[in-house]
Amino acid sequence: MRYAMAIDTKKCVGCGDCVVACQTENNVPHGYCRDWIVERVDGTYPSLDLEFRSERCNHCDNSPCVRCCPTGASHIEDGGIVLVEHNKCIGCGACIQSCPYDARYSHPEGYVDKCTFCIHRVKKGQNPACVEVCPTKCLHFGDLDDPNSDVSLAIKDRKWKVLAPEAGTKPQLYFLT
Amino acid sequence: MKEELFVSGRNIPNIDPYLNIWHWQIPLYLFLGGLAAGVLFFAGYFVVRGKEKKMQATVKWAPIIAPIALVLGLGALFWDLKHKLYFWQLYTTIRLESPMGWGAWTLMIITPISFVWVASYMKEIFPWWDWKFKFLDKFEAFVIKYRVYLAWVMMIYSIILGVYTGILLSAFNARPLWNTSILGPLFLVSGFSTGLAATIWISKDEKERKILSRIDLIFIFVELFLIVHLFMGFLAGSETAIEAARLFLGGQFTVSFWVFVVLLGLIFPATLETLELWGYHVPKWLPSALILFGGFMFRFIMVEAGQITRYLY
Ligand code: SF4
Ligand code: SF4
Repeated sequence: MRYAMAIDTKKCVGCGDCVVACQTENNVPHGYCRDWIVERVDGTYPSLDLEFRSERCNHCDNSPCVRCCPTGASHIEDGGIVLVEHNKCIGCGACIQSCPYDARYSHPEGYVDKCTFCIHRVKKGQNPACVEVCPTKCLHFGDLDDPNSDVSLAIKDRKWKVLAPEAGTKPQLYFLT
Repeated sequence: MKEELFVSGRNIPNIDPYLNIWHWQIPLYLFLGGLAAGVLFFAGYFVVRGKEKKMQATVKWAPIIAPIALVLGLGALFWDLKHKLYFWQLYTTIRLESPMGWGAWTLMIITPISFVWVASYMKEIFPWWDWKFKFLDKFEAFVIKYRVYLAWVMMIYSIILGVYTGILLSAFNARPLWNTSILGPLFLVSGFSTGLAATIWISKDEKERKILSRIDLIFIFVELFLIVHLFMGFLAGSETAIEAARLFLGGQFTVSFWVFVVLLGLIFPATLETLELWGYHVPKWLPSALILFGGFMFRFIMVEAGQITRYLY
């Protein structure tokens, strides 16, 4: 099993519903977020290229955050979801330094926190909260090993990219371009 | 034109607009670790070489700094932890892939060694010293008998400690300024140089100071060479590496790095030490103080600047 997400940058309008849904679902402290939206403008006027990206932890296959954690609090769950066990985390910040995507934050209570792919929902067979609420249906989630999953179908006939591939982390967010 | 903007959600404390999760505690921890490594290495070295009599301050007095520095360093690290009550989790796991993890274990070994070393000289330093318990006296006799072996172990662990202070940073692939293999040797050499500086400051023996100053000059020279090497490596590297180097070559850390670290922390004290060797009169504490100051600034600037460098945005 390999959970992954595909984000359709052509469909995303940057409304931020995914951000709010995540904050509500996961009780994210005020002023923090586990997912966010980047607006990228590329080119010279009048030929400009605009892209909206809903970003979060990439649940990297080769995750530096897990490798550098001195206590084992950062670990990989079944299905490749990268998680932090709060009661093992000492808040040393090593994992925050090691993430090329700045996907982690230090929770006001001390431990480090980030996107969990809503593992509590996924275990029940539901989609992550952000995927569920997206009004343009531009987020696709599922098991990459299953050719009929939503995410496999989404990346099948489309061009896609991952962010900062040169960092070598093998990210599992696929941005459809 | 290329522009990327956060349109939603992101202004996370200590992460945006740039990463700022490590403050003065980590550079202080790295500085004190390097200092202790330097002091202990040379204490061990001169015992192994049988120069104990000639190098009294290096072998007996200066090592007192080491346990103090190590305990203060660990204190700074502990201070920096956001989830302090879980500190013990560091020692319930052995994670060889994590530099932070094996650094914690290295300190766990070298700190007691430094205490034992200092304790074994207590009676020589303070003639009135009394251990009060018989078994401590026996232990002391045992340590003194096998001191040369202890010196070897101490030298090896001080090299590990010195390299570790650099590797802790260089293992972070995500920060282009840190992600270079030169950082290990560079921090080792710099740490040893601060250790020598502290020892020179303490020593009252003219001959001993001269020997130490000569060694220190070599270390400063190697350090300068490694710094040049570091920048050459960046400039021959990827775009992110070039951008990291630019912080020091015209960017916001240019003045602080070249003035405080290179000029005041290396070149100026090296000149003073050379003049002193030639017989000119130089205030004794000045070169040492400058080297120690430069050593701390070096770590402080590297930690601050490294957190700004990144792959994205
Ligand atoms: S995106 Fe960052 S936090 Fe998430 S798995 Fe990759 S390195 Fe770790
Ligand atoms: S902050 Fe917590 S999760 Fe991150 S590396 Fe340190 S102990 Fe591990």
